[in-house]
Amino acid sequence: MQLEAKNITFQYTPKGPLILNDVSFHMESGERVGIVGPSGYGKSTLARILAGYETPEKGQVLLDNVPLSTKGYCPVQLIYQHPELAVNPRWKMKKILTECWNPDQELLKKMGIEESWMNRWPSELSGGELQRFCIARALSSETKILICDEITTMLDVITQAQIWNVLLEIADARKLGMVIITHNKSLAEQVCTRIISLPELNHIEQQDV
Amino acid sequence: MKKTQRSFLNRRVLLACFIAIAAIYLIGIFIWGLAMNPNDYAVHYENKLLSPSASHLFGTDAMGRDMFKRCIKGLSNSLVIGLLAAGFSSVVALILGIASAVFGGWVDRTVKLLVDLCMGLPHLVLLILVSYMLGKGALGVTCAVAFTHWPGLTRIVRQEVLQLKSSQYVQAAYRMGKSPFQVALHHMVPHVLPAYLIGLVLLFPHAIMHEASITFLGFGLSKETPAIGVILSESMNYITTGKWWMAVFPGVMLLLAVILFDGIGETLKKLWNPMSGNE
Repeated sequence: MQLEAKNITFQYTPKGPLILNDVSFHMESGERVGIVGPSGYGKSTLARILAGYETPEKGQVLLDNVPLSTKGYCPVQLIYQHPELAVNPRWKMKKILTECWNPDQELLKKMGIEESWMNRWPSELSGGELQRFCIARALSSETKILICDEITTMLDVITQAQIWNVLLEIADARKLGMVIITHNKSLAEQVCTRIISLPELNHIEQQDV
Repeated sequence: MKKTQRSFLNRRVLLACFIAIAAIYLIGIFIWGLAMNPNDYAVHYENKLLSPSASHLFGTDAMGRDMFKRCIKGLSNSLVIGLLAAGFSSVVALILGIASAVFGGWVDRTVKLLVDLCMGLPHLVLLILVSYMLGKGALGVTCAVAFTHWPGLTRIVRQEVLQLKSSQYVQAAYRMGKSPFQVALHHMVPHVLPAYLIGLVLLFPHAIMHEASITFLGFGLSKETPAIGVILSESMNYITTGKWWMAVFPGVMLLLAVILFDGIGETLKKLWNPMSGNE
């Protein structure tokens, strides 16, 4: 599998500022690409475009040279920065976890998800605990490329390490491609096989910065 | 700690009891009125204008009709009209609200225009206009009340769905291969339903009050039908001669029904809203 972003240009509103201008990059499965850059440079926007949440103004996202389909399970899955917004507050954790596939016990154990959390509401778990659910939810066997948008920013260092260890293990075993978006340069250097700086890719004049 | 927990539980139980009692009272009136023998509120000239007593709890009117039975029957009629009108209004509101939020664009603009149009006109004038155009009577009143009560609920539903549509978990569900129908059923309905049901319950008092007011003004139900509006407008002719019971009791009954419905709606709102959970 390869994921390719081709000349992507994007702005949220027609009169709004250009967020991304002519951004192109390309990755293979098995690769872990880190995207770094300061706040407000369009990292999260790029993540949303890559996972098909937003359609770019110009350019395309190609998966194995085919445009990303909007129907059916998307092989490119995005994990959000804010897990509490990514789960339905009126669903119990079990339903959230099994929304698209049924994770096995082994994975849950590795992720540190406890059996007793299954019957709780999202408001009864902490951000870090919720994020484990969001990650497990996106790890279905149909997922080929995983986009992690600052997924561990809100976690303590020990939990960060635990989650990244599990994720890297799974990614290696399944040859998943990963796009890792982060502010944390040392994290990127540790987990990524290649690091891209978004300001260098983005052909935008930063007059007001 | 223990004490606060106990009083919190008590409050919830109290609220639930209030809802149950209010609901039993209203349903009781509704069924009693529906099943009532027309003879009970028929004309009996021999006992006209009696003041309240054990045999005639609310007294009798100028034609000797028992006011208590007429009141119950009248309220029951009001409830039927309220039920039909609120049911119709809420379905319209649900469809328009969801359509406007989901499709956006010109559909949204049209719905918003209709809502503004309906809300911009004085409510009572619109009610009278619709009722009069449809030839008054039960049909006129029901249609008038049904056609004018959907805008508020439409706005609520539209707002809820709009907010949901842009939420991350709904977008994530789409990317996980869920169809719009599945998303609507599993994500949207459970979210919109509480607000919708509360809106529906809160529609009742409005519908009943408006039915009574246009009937009172003579643009609603006909003179022969037992209805609170008719009773009140008749009793206006007698109130100066000291026949107070003809206005007071039906008025109080109407007020009580409206307040109870309003109370049920507001209480449900509190119970359902997670934000007020520790009030």
